[in-house]
Amino acid sequence: MVKPPLHRPRRSSKVRYGAAAIVVGGALLLSGCSKQSIISNASPQAHGITVLWWWMLGVAALVFLGAVVLLVIGYVTRRRPGLPFLGQREIAAQGLVLVFGIGIPLGVLVALFGVSDIYLIRQTAAPAPRTTALTIHVIGHQWWWEVRYDGGHPVTANEIHIPVRTRVNLVATTADVIHSFWVPQLNRKIDMIPGQRNRILLYADRTGKYRGQCSQFCGLQHANMGMFVIAQPQSAFRAWLAHTSRRSSSPTTPQARAGKQLFLTSQCASCHFIAGTPAQGTIGPDLTHVASRSTLAAATIPNTPRELADWIHNPQAIKPGVRMPDLGLSWRQVDRIVAYLEELK
Amino acid sequence: MATVINPRGQQYVDLLDRVWGERRGLVGWLTTTDHKRIGIMYFFTALAFFGAGGVEALLIRTQLFGPHGHVLSPAAYDQVFTMHGITMIFLFVIPMTTGAFGNYLLPLMIGARDMAFPRMNALSYWIYLASGIFIYIALAQGHAPNAGWFDYVPLASKTYNPSINIDFYGWGLIFNGISSTAASINFIVTIFKLRAPGMSLNRMPLFCYAFLAVSFALLFALPSLSVACLFLELDRQLGFHFYDASHGGNPLLWQNLFWIFGHPEVYIIILPAFGIATSIIPAFSHRKMVFFPLVALAEILVAFLGFGVWVHHMFTVGYATVTTIYFAAASLIIVIPSAIQLFAWITTIMTGTPQFKTPMLFIIGFIVFFIIGGLSGVTLAAIPFDQQVHDSYYVIAHFHFVIFGAAVFPILGGMYFWFPKVTGKLYHEGVGKLSFWATFVGTLVTFFPMHILGLMGMVRRNYTYPPGLGFSTLNALETVAAYVLAAGLLMIVLNLAISYFKGPAAGNDPFEGDTLEWSTGSPPPPYNYAVIPTVTSPYPMWDKQDRELDNKRLERGEGVLALGHRTPGTTVQDARLDEILNMPPHSIWPPVTALGLAGIFAMLLLGHLFIAAGFAAVIALTLIGWHHHGVQP
Repeated sequence: MVKPPLHRPRRSSKVRYGAAAIVVGGALLLSGCSKQSIISNASPQAHGITVLWWWMLGVAALVFLGAVVLLVIGYVTRRRPGLPFLGQREIAAQGLVLVFGIGIPLGVLVALFGVSDIYLIRQTAAPAPRTTALTIHVIGHQWWWEVRYDGGHPVTANEIHIPVRTRVNLVATTADVIHSFWVPQLNRKIDMIPGQRNRILLYADRTGKYRGQCSQFCGLQHANMGMFVIAQPQSAFRAWLAHTSRRSSSPTTPQARAGKQLFLTSQCASCHFIAGTPAQGTIGPDLTHVASRSTLAAATIPNTPRELADWIHNPQAIKPGVRMPDLGLSWRQVDRIVAYLEELK
Repeated sequence: MATVINPRGQQYVDLLDRVWGERRGLVGWLTTTDHKRIGIMYFFTALAFFGAGGVEALLIRTQLFGPHGHVLSPAAYDQVFTMHGITMIFLFVIPMTTGAFGNYLLPLMIGARDMAFPRMNALSYWIYLASGIFIYIALAQGHAPNAGWFDYVPLASKTYNPSINIDFYGWGLIFNGISSTAASINFIVTIFKLRAPGMSLNRMPLFCYAFLAVSFALLFALPSLSVACLFLELDRQLGFHFYDASHGGNPLLWQNLFWIFGHPEVYIIILPAFGIATSIIPAFSHRKMVFFPLVALAEILVAFLGFGVWVHHMFTVGYATVTTIYFAAASLIIVIPSAIQLFAWITTIMTGTPQFKTPMLFIIGFIVFFIIGGLSGVTLAAIPFDQQVHDSYYVIAHFHFVIFGAAVFPILGGMYFWFPKVTGKLYHEGVGKLSFWATFVGTLVTFFPMHILGLMGMVRRNYTYPPGLGFSTLNALETVAAYVLAAGLLMIVLNLAISYFKGPAAGNDPFEGDTLEWSTGSPPPPYNYAVIPTVTSPYPMWDKQDRELDNKRLERGEGVLALGHRTPGTTVQDARLDEILNMPPHSIWPPVTALGLAGIFAMLLLGHLFIAAGFAAVIALTLIGWHHHGVQP
């Protein structure tokens, strides 16, 4: 029933659209319109899972229709005389139960097991040790993602840069409770569990920005724990990595210098790390290159000076329960800190 | 009564009325040991909790109507969705099926006069009520459990959840589990020992098979949950480290213990629904169930295999492939007994002459939803796909089709089906059909789009979602449909409430049912049957000559057993008459014992271990009273 066309993942779009024809109405909404959809996939792994899905949907639709047809037959023949309280045609009825209840399911299930749990599971599995050129460590925190590149030097948060068409070994761990790393367009998810070091394959066919989200309930701000995987051409990725490895630049304007001073003397520095400064906190995200990131607070708000100021002024209003406290800074103080942080490209 | 009883028979009936009469008024309800009255108390309590869980569901849906909803704060949302899960599973579905339907109907169906342990039956109810109040006190105080109904550690540990919220969960569920354990033992013994003479196992109604399977499943599954909760409380209150990875514990121990309970639980929820379906389908199809023995076997098999699949809730925790594929295979195998039952129902309807009255419509709805939920369940046994959509709205869609569509629809159908038996009145057929269509469409439109949302990447347990991901339209649609569903459910309650007061008299057997309960009065007398019925087939009501024989035996005073609370005990397999059992009469001790237990758990919750031990001593004393009064003159 479920034939595996999965070994040629990029060429099976006909199969996909063939099966899609069966789909009722809304399912077509899925393809391509969302940034977090498993259907608009961007890797062979996610593509394989999508193809599997369309096949399963097709077979499921057939089974559903079959059962409904039998019920409709029951409805149409409901006034047929001669059967009350009897068990006529027992053999035929029992045969139907055996065929539909055991025979057909057995065939479908064996096929499904073979395709998904023997074959596809290998395609989506974590890479074997030392078979990838790049390893990235992602550490879940309540409620943001710490991202470290091998060697531990370049550190960022909530944005994972990867080179396109390159197998990446992603190591998923947690600093507190259980989180789950999920970027639907690229691959299946993996939980981050205390005391465990889980791994997953990350691979993108084409450049792009793929949204991901924590998918294991992790407390108050589970809903606002998003992140992006940014797949770049090799050269761009290398440049980014080199840049990110550098220390922060010194502030250039008087406003920014005042902001740096304030940052270092207020509570900020006790939680945040800025390479090349005395700010050595490790509780919150590393801010060495915070201005180069596109969002703040784990993809909760866009990273603009305005939003950043609002965030510093009152983070609890934007993300209630977030570990970052209201610091009681005046707007003037906030503006100075923003001026400093905006220079941390 | 359909048959006229002559004066000699009436004299025995009067005697039975005197012997089995209970006290009137509130005291009567407090002290009752009548399985029917206990069933009714279970019904109304479970219905109240269904209302609470339903309000919680509507709050969740209202919050998610659009992006950035402000109906609930994040903290309130976490409590509300956690309480929704706990309420629907522990305080509504299980008490409604085993407590209300099982208690009321099972002794009637097997021709017994009560459950095997009537006072323990009352105790089960009072413990259930107390545990429900216990858990809801948390919500009233704004400290309801807030880590989801499966309460994963370390989010539920003292470190990340220092307030009392989770302690209500831990102790509340252990407390609640005592009720279900006692009820299960009671069902097993009742089914094995109290069947009417002649009702050998192969003549037992499929309803009873379902409850037998559920009782065994509960008995073996609950200890795992209780142990998990006990470890949790030892960690939280006494500083143990069962689940603490930094001290050599393992948070996955919780997940394993929880799901060893949690998956059989799914079948515990749905098997009674299967039992109800196998009662309604033959009655309205005017036909015996197709393949009776295979269906009975499948019911047992589902409960048994349900213990071997729990890791499919944990496919994303990083277990080795060899581990996960074993559980995937087991999860696929369990499809077979489910499919057998499904197609046995469908072919029974197809080859019968079905009459689509309201109860039957709900069963058709159940079949449709069970197919949808079952099929989406099969897709989740494909590990890579499961790992994609795990914890997304796809899973929410799946289990609401199974737990709401497939488990609650038969409950609703069953409410209509046995309403005439319990009240003696007929419900309104037109409003009944309307209520079916409202709940059917409401359910379909609330839950079906969730599949699509899950595939679009919407994650469960989020109090909000961003506007840019395309989730808004379907969420708005689901919220509207949820209110349609709520209206349909209200319509059912109103239909039954009004019919109770104004409905026409129903008579003993308005639907030409096949099982024994239809042979006695509506509502049945306290002793159920004036004469212990004789059974010669699995469809005793369709054996007209047997029922006539019963009436003749009543005239002769044969099998009346009117000298005290008596019911026959029979052999396990063949149901040959073994002994005459003396059942204990009404008693105040069960609610008193439940109150003492509530004291123990309240003190455990507050950490006063010595006072808890004091309450245990009080319970020991009440048990003396319990047994002292249990001796029959």
